[in-house]
Amino acid sequence: MKIKNTTALQLILASALLSTPFVSSAEDSSDVIKVIDNNWSSQKVLARVAGALLEKIGRDVEIVPADTQGQFAAMGTGDLHLQMEVWEGSMAASFSKEVDAGRMADAGSHTATTREDWWYPNYVEEICPGLPDYKALNDCAEKLSVPETAPNARYLAGPVDWHPEDVERIKALGLNVTIVNAGSADALFGELKSAAKRKEPIILFNWAPNWVGAAYPGKFIEFPRRDDENKCVTDPSWGVNPDMANDCGAAVGGYLKKGVWSDFSKTWPCAYKLVENMDFTGEMIDAAAALVDVDGLDHDEAAEAWIESNQDIVDSWMPECSK
Amino acid sequence: MDSRNSINSPTIFNITTKVFWLAAVLIVLAGWIASSTIPAFKEFPEEWIFPLKDYIDRFFEWIVYEVKFFVGTFAEFKPTDITRGFVAVMKFPLEFTESLFFNGFGKILPPLPWITVVALAFLLGYWIAGLRTSLIAGFSFLYLALFGVWKASMETFALVIITVPFVFSLGVILGIWISKSARVERFWTPVFSIMQSMPPFAYFVPIVVLYGVGDAPAMIATAVFAVPPVARSVFLGLKSVPNDVIEAGLMMGVTPRQLLWRVQLPTARNTILVGLNQGIMMTLAMIVLASLIGASGLGSKLLTSLQGLKIGQAIEQGIAIVVIAVALDQLSQAYANKPPVYKDRTLPWIKQHPYLSIAGAILLVTFIIAYFVPEAQVLPRKLTITTRKFWNGSVEWIDDTLYDTVQPFRNFMLLKILIPVRDFCRAIPWPTLVLLVGLLGYRFGGYKIAISGALMILFPAIMGLWTPTMTTVYMVSLSTCICVVSGFLIGLLSAKNKLLGKISIGFCNFFQTFPSFIYLIPVLMLFKVSDLSAILAMLLFAVTPMIRYTILGLNNVSSNIIESSRQMGTTSWQRLLKVELPIALPEIMLGINQVIFYSLFMVAIASLIGTQDLGAVINGARSGNKVGQALIAGFCIAFLGIASDRIIMAWTKLKKDKLGIRE
Repeated sequence: MKIKNTTALQLILASALLSTPFVSSAEDSSDVIKVIDNNWSSQKVLARVAGALLEKIGRDVEIVPADTQGQFAAMGTGDLHLQMEVWEGSMAASFSKEVDAGRMADAGSHTATTREDWWYPNYVEEICPGLPDYKALNDCAEKLSVPETAPNARYLAGPVDWHPEDVERIKALGLNVTIVNAGSADALFGELKSAAKRKEPIILFNWAPNWVGAAYPGKFIEFPRRDDENKCVTDPSWGVNPDMANDCGAAVGGYLKKGVWSDFSKTWPCAYKLVENMDFTGEMIDAAAALVDVDGLDHDEAAEAWIESNQDIVDSWMPECSK
Repeated sequence: MDSRNSINSPTIFNITTKVFWLAAVLIVLAGWIASSTIPAFKEFPEEWIFPLKDYIDRFFEWIVYEVKFFVGTFAEFKPTDITRGFVAVMKFPLEFTESLFFNGFGKILPPLPWITVVALAFLLGYWIAGLRTSLIAGFSFLYLALFGVWKASMETFALVIITVPFVFSLGVILGIWISKSARVERFWTPVFSIMQSMPPFAYFVPIVVLYGVGDAPAMIATAVFAVPPVARSVFLGLKSVPNDVIEAGLMMGVTPRQLLWRVQLPTARNTILVGLNQGIMMTLAMIVLASLIGASGLGSKLLTSLQGLKIGQAIEQGIAIVVIAVALDQLSQAYANKPPVYKDRTLPWIKQHPYLSIAGAILLVTFIIAYFVPEAQVLPRKLTITTRKFWNGSVEWIDDTLYDTVQPFRNFMLLKILIPVRDFCRAIPWPTLVLLVGLLGYRFGGYKIAISGALMILFPAIMGLWTPTMTTVYMVSLSTCICVVSGFLIGLLSAKNKLLGKISIGFCNFFQTFPSFIYLIPVLMLFKVSDLSAILAMLLFAVTPMIRYTILGLNNVSSNIIESSRQMGTTSWQRLLKVELPIALPEIMLGINQVIFYSLFMVAIASLIGTQDLGAVINGARSGNKVGQALIAGFCIAFLGIASDRIIMAWTKLKKDKLGIRE
């Protein structure tokens, strides 16, 4: 109860602080910072890199496993504090719900961008030479079909709620495609593994950066490019289909953000500076994941190794207040 | 006329049966005609949908983020302060076991070295029940050390060792409480049914907002799922204590407390032990799910392996979970059956407590060894064994050999059976199904079961989840059919053959705790993302109760009855069909009932393969943090289970009455 009352007090103080310039000399609280640990390699290594750096400036850190679904509620209540990878494509809705409610804050974007869209392993081009152009989907619909979708091509999508606009995109672009929804990432790549072994045609949902790209080289299908103002979604008259919206692909350079609990910056102002400074490029993320997926290190060792080999970058992230 | 009375008189029985069939045909016809003319009958009108899920969302927003009591006074608090306070209390024992098994106590004392834990496990097993238990316990922990899953296993073990007693004592308390009053029983029975049949995914979001993430909230989620079977066993055990035993106790002048602790509980011990076994199994079955709300250990490691498609690694971690379950189960069962030991107080302390002394010696010696030999503290990775290659190879081999063979089977099943059955189930007009369930309930159990059954089937329609619910009905009924037939046959053969029986029970124990997430991947590599894969993934788990209860039922047929039927000159076929099966029917029906619950439990997990049923609705709700949606879909699943449970139970009771078997 006592702790909660101080939080209330902090909230009042915080609202007062908002009108005054930020004071960086404020002391960090000694509370443990809980960093989210998801279940894919790059995120796990990034979380541990962040954990190690936060420990370096004197904070206590705990790495807590959480799934991508429940984590935002937990960050909203202040049970978890830092997520190093917030993906635009699959997490934007949950993330912005918490940010809009004032329970989470955006701690800036990484240089790395993300892409999430329809994808195929390279050998599919031998079966359907018109790829990666989306029009080829109709030309080889039959070849890309399975009995229960025939004569339509089969597109193995993620769970329904990841990209609900797929249904409309198929209609707007007049594609002869039937969506089959996989229930999880495991299901997507389990099937990819099986198909790739037999060089069977497969079109599925994928994202980059992802370990899958290294194991199974492939390409995204090129749909009409989405415009910057997102008119493709908001304005039916935009694009190849004048009557319908969503006649374009997903954003090519989706954000990859760091998300924190709303009170993070007040509770640990110096640690917050560090989190803000942390900025991974696509290559840095790939290298971090490869330490695990290719070199076979465990996630703790990979984080250590990554910090060692990127010492200059890490030093440049260290904020003034920690020196 | 009460349908139950009619059973005893053959002529009326036939007439009422005909009337019921006629009524059923009428309902189907009327529903068919009505749905083709009135659109509201075909599809539940959207404006009739009750927005309960929005109210639930609103309520949770309010209770978690808005409401405060005694504002401005020193006693100001929020509801979450209470739940968080509870979590803080639970953390104390957890922190202790965490330090003991993997964190160490500050910088002073390291955690228990693996050689200590293994040696103590051998000793503990020997102290409790001799050599056999000693070997089981010792080798279990040796497996965890040698196969390189030590740290994760100890994280899981530290959680389980606190969760199991927590679950068991809650179950005992609730069980005793329920046995005291019929009114309490009437309240808790349906609550237990809902707790047991609601998929854990559905209440994860509310638990996270109320209790946070981590080991303590994971314990609470586990308790929701694992306490009901324990409480039920305790209640059943207490109820079945013969009156003469209680009388005898009362005549000796025991107090009520003594009666409970010295007479009733010991007499009911065997049934309570079944509850303990279930508590352990359920707790371990939740380990993987619990990692979704922050429990570290084997569960979270396993999901990471699967995400990288490292099947071999995942199987090793899955087996480690089973191994922990087996060790705990064997030790606790043996401990409960251990006869009391009487000590000679004149002997010196060491001789009075030989095992405790040896344990002390082991602790001292192993700690010293571990201090000088780091390999004895934590086994370095290069010294561990791995079977990953073997498992990966096996999965590859299955995939390579079977793939081409199963494709025609897959396509046939999907196109000729699954898709038509699905379309049929979805096409059933909602009033038809509601009325049919009501009629069935009335036929077997009277108007009470009729009304409650019909309302529970109506619920999904009012909530606007009719189509996913009917998709669930289709998946679960197919899975139930396959499990009932195959499980019954396996159980039948196992009951007749001792060796096979042992193998079958071992199979059941294994697949009850082996995380079902693992076989999702090989299944979908063979059958692709489709409803067939989802149903196949349900089978291995859902078939276990059918096998168990068939064996139990057939073994319970008293030898007197078999002997007398043999004397009447029956062939073994006649005996099976006319004597053994009818008598075993109640247990077999219980098996079917459990198959339905197990299939419903798998609905949420199988949706990770990719389905369009309530499991998918729940997963979608989790990703958007929609508390209301997740809970409502969870209730829909629970109600499907409870409605079928009530009807099956009523039918079984009818049959029992007919056979003259009374409990």
